[in-house]
Amino acid sequence: MFLKCDITGFNVDKRALPLIKANAVVSVVAFLIAIVAALLVLLTRWQVVHLLPVDWYYRILTLHGLVALVVWIVFWEMAGLYFGSTVVLNARQVSPATGWLAFVLMVVGTALVAFAVLTGRADVLFTSYPPLKAQPVHYLGIILFAVGALIVCGLFIANVMVAKKEKTYGDGPLPLFSFGLLTAVILAVGTLLAGAAIYVPTFLWSLGLIDSVDSLVYRLVFWGFGHSAQQVNVAAMISIWYLGAFLAVGGTSINEKVSRTAFLFYLIGINLASAHHLLVDPIPSPSWKVVNTSYFMYLAVLASMIHAFAVPSAIEVAQRRKGFTKGLFDWLKNCPWENPAFVSVFLAIVIFGFIGGITGVINGMEQTNMIIHNTIALPGHFKGTVVGGTTLTFMGATYYLIPLIFRKKISMYGVAKAVPWTFAIGIVLLSAGLSTLGYLGVPRRHWDITFSGGPFTYTYPPIADIFWVVAVLGGTIAFLGALAWCLVVVVSVFFGEPVRGKQDMQLTMSSPPPPDTERHDSRYVAPGTFALTIVFMIAFLIFVTLNWGWLSIMWEVK
Amino acid sequence: MALLSPEKGWWNKSIAKDEKTWIVFATVVALSLFTLMVGWHLIGKQNPSFLVYSTSPDEFYKLAHANWEKYKVGEEGGMPVVKPPADSDVFLVGTTWRWEPVLVLKKGASYRFHISSLDLLHGFSIQPVNMNFKIHPGYDYVLTFKPTSSGDFRVICNEYCGPGHHTMISKITVEE
Repeated sequence: MFLKCDITGFNVDKRALPLIKANAVVSVVAFLIAIVAALLVLLTRWQVVHLLPVDWYYRILTLHGLVALVVWIVFWEMAGLYFGSTVVLNARQVSPATGWLAFVLMVVGTALVAFAVLTGRADVLFTSYPPLKAQPVHYLGIILFAVGALIVCGLFIANVMVAKKEKTYGDGPLPLFSFGLLTAVILAVGTLLAGAAIYVPTFLWSLGLIDSVDSLVYRLVFWGFGHSAQQVNVAAMISIWYLGAFLAVGGTSINEKVSRTAFLFYLIGINLASAHHLLVDPIPSPSWKVVNTSYFMYLAVLASMIHAFAVPSAIEVAQRRKGFTKGLFDWLKNCPWENPAFVSVFLAIVIFGFIGGITGVINGMEQTNMIIHNTIALPGHFKGTVVGGTTLTFMGATYYLIPLIFRKKISMYGVAKAVPWTFAIGIVLLSAGLSTLGYLGVPRRHWDITFSGGPFTYTYPPIADIFWVVAVLGGTIAFLGALAWCLVVVVSVFFGEPVRGKQDMQLTMSSPPPPDTERHDSRYVAPGTFALTIVFMIAFLIFVTLNWGWLSIMWEVK
Repeated sequence: MALLSPEKGWWNKSIAKDEKTWIVFATVVALSLFTLMVGWHLIGKQNPSFLVYSTSPDEFYKLAHANWEKYKVGEEGGMPVVKPPADSDVFLVGTTWRWEPVLVLKKGASYRFHISSLDLLHGFSIQPVNMNFKIHPGYDYVLTFKPTSSGDFRVICNEYCGPGHHTMISKITVEE
């Protein structure tokens, strides 16, 4: 049943491997569809090209949202969950047949949704807010997909329980990488239950068995699913950051108590924080909004800020123990910059923090939400979180899956190395362009911002034209980077040279640095990281101040 | 390391000085932002309201039309131009695919906007001041606006409501 991996020394369950591979392959196919759809959407939004006709614009936008945010990311996570609960724990796969059942459910669900969207049966966008109604097949597809994902979450928990009982990873607590994934799985269970609570009634409504679905209740419960799902992605992503710090330089969290507590904060804080989607809706009171989105969300934000210190400091401390002690940033200069998986993780940390994190907190504040609500600044924000953060991290981590799981060398290694830089630069420009346009009032999900055919016209300030060019340029660069990544992955997996052992590993597999003997409480162990986090906080406070300044010169409203 | 159980005594290991400083700093910032949101209700002039009436599309349509008849001063773009007095109620109706009516307001005066939808969700977005709210059918959302700048403004829809979504645009003129 087990293979001994000649690179890592792990006992690998032969039955887990095809599950990991199948889910990973589907995710890459979804990724390819998602980026093509993204380019079509962007080139339609840019009025100079205005590519698609109106019905196809909303159709492709619906497809892009679902395939990018759900299909690509969730299939990849399923592969990650099998990997994180078997391979790295030396553990066996519980009931692989159930895993295949889940896989079939998810593929069938995806096919149904794609069919519904592309045949015009579900022109309702990703959010499908009632009273906008899709045909039942659309909701059915989503429900099947979610049931499949829920089953995989159950298998993950079963695998971990068996591993613990059989002591496959020793006597101690669950290793941090799998611990982080467990957090993601617990969040996912809550997320998927919220999804069931809203998609099942909506499905029945679409069938005509229920009279109506209240639009406010829908938005409240839907975001318990839709936003919590993003926290699942964050927890999975950060688990990979810790893994990346180890594989790249042998880094370990400098304080596991802190890192693990931060994961716990995600569990407590985030479902409530989904309330920030309703900050400018009727009904919720200011106290409900402030309690749910600030007091509790800041627990999740605080957790992210803790990881923002913990991950880089793990790298810094390991590098310093290896002798890179000169000045503040000698350790950073001597990181393995030729390892594209490390580069992906590093850039993802920067983009997620500086773009996704900063805009996210401001969007989530009761009053400043009025500035950006439903403007194109929102896509600008989540290009920083779920694309520049999660997607880039998963792209980088895939580079490790190719030799370790598919047992193939990475083909076109030069291209593979260029991918994270290209993709990251593209996403930063795209995000900056879209965010600025949002502050100029440009709406998201809008076919024609010249309002042709309407009773009045409106022209956005000329500076908007420049930021559209920035966004399109960035989007195109990111598209090319993403396309190159697909090419590298497909060519490696299907036509790559086989990996015969350690000598064929192109990526670093570090061992831990010499042990640390000093006590920590009395000194600065990671001054470089500390300086970087302070720079981050200054950037954050500047942006907060600007937003509240803009808010204060708006019309008065109460 | 991320792939092994933590070393013995990990729970009692003290937190390094820089990590501790960072966590305290981050917590203080988070609490300040919390205070800012609460405080803005006391000192700030821009706070989303939560005054809402339950209504139905038929009822709201009737109320709106009665109000428009009262204060109508003309027609533009195929819809009534309404000039309500200061401190009065203003009705705005979102429907696929129109924002009605055209409004003429006075700078510095307050108006109670009653905004609702007759069908789908719509976005109520005033440009170029860029203030954005979500409008639901069945809920009469009351927002008291005081325009602080004069000129020509637009109300656009920024919540997807079907293929004619981009034609939903109306006008607010604010006089000095």
